Amino acid sequence: MNANEQMLQETVTRISGVNVRKCMRCGKCSGTCPAYGEMEYHPHQFVYMVEKGQIEKLMASKSLYKCLTCLACVDRCPRGVEPAKLVEAVRLMVIRQQGMNHLKPDDLPGKLDDEIPQQALMAAMRKYSK
Amino acid sequence: MKFSYFPGCTLKTKARDLDKWGRESALKLGVELREIEEWQCCGAVYPQVEDEIASRLSSVRALMDARAHGEDLLTLCSACHHVIKRMNHDMKENEYVRTRVNNYLKPDVPYAGETKVVHYLEMLRDTVGFDEIKKQVVNPLKGRKIGAYYGCLLLRPSAVMAFDNPEHPTIIEDFLSAIGATSVKYEFRNECCGGYIALEDRAQAAKQVERVLSSAAGRGCEALVTACPLCMYNLKQNAGEHALPVYYFTELLAEALGVKEEQA
Repeated sequence: MNANEQMLQETVTRISGVNVRKCMRCGKCSGTCPAYGEMEYHPHQFVYMVEKGQIEKLMASKSLYKCLTCLACVDRCPRGVEPAKLVEAVRLMVIRQQGMNHLKPDDLPGKLDDEIPQQALMAAMRKYSK
Repeated sequence: MKFSYFPGCTLKTKARDLDKWGRESALKLGVELREIEEWQCCGAVYPQVEDEIASRLSSVRALMDARAHGEDLLTLCSACHHVIKRMNHDMKENEYVRTRVNNYLKPDVPYAGETKVVHYLEMLRDTVGFDEIKKQVVNPLKGRKIGAYYGCLLLRPSAVMAFDNPEHPTIIEDFLSAIGATSVKYEFRNECCGGYIALEDRAQAAKQVERVLSSAAGRGCEALVTACPLCMYNLKQNAGEHALPVYYFTELLAEALGVKEEQA
């Protein structure tokens, strides 16, 4: 791992609070993930790739925007690893960079319909924009 | 019985029915709800990383208001409940978060998670009691086959939410029985409807919705109940061939208690 990879790995670990070394590779997180089929990297791969320091690959992946935040992987992990926290931490490392917001206020009008609850708009801005 | 009440952004707008029937039914059951003055939106999604401090402040302000009044904080929307309950847990258990939030807000007395956060359904179960509700029902929902849709936010993470058994919950089924309906269990009642992704990728949300609705329809549900405005929107708006009517649980409660017909 080079110095940059190490720094990115330390950042994920610090802001997520996740200890990836607790993982015993059972795959239950990916087994229970409702977005499994939509993801390039699945929850168990997030854990493994963070351990290997492959953060830049994760940062470039659309998988960051496919997580439903349903917390199934968090609750059902027998080792308490909490993979969803890694997905969120890596996503934040992307959108915290200047000009890297995934969703901009100007994008919203095109996505609205008459019934959409405020909760959906609020959550999307919180998740995809800084 | 008196609670501080946090309605949240959506209950003032798209989910007025969730709020209205919740308030009216509470009144009928002898539960007083004091709406927190100048409450601020909880943010609708819990920040899972520790160093998101500003996102946590609005919830803590509501929690401190309840503490100042010596009341438990009652929530109704699943997302508000999830966010505020987890923020409270952070303030109690996470020194990193507690220190920074208190440094930011500078309250006279630092906040350390003293307030108890109670969901409306928990209030029905633990404060009023389902047996008592059963006694007060004037219009039992006889013969109506209704499925409980729990979704994610009320149940997980179970260690913090402590709402019910996360894999085999019964609270909404018990509620449905208390108001005279027939509760129908189905496989995907505690699996995600994909609501949070509805703006980002409607097709993905629709796929999740179909999984839930086909499971419910397959077990004979004629309708679903939810406590979440986002689930309500998503289950209705993105339904496919197995579309079912979806109600807020407070609306059915109001109907059973006769509150709804008094208003008609």
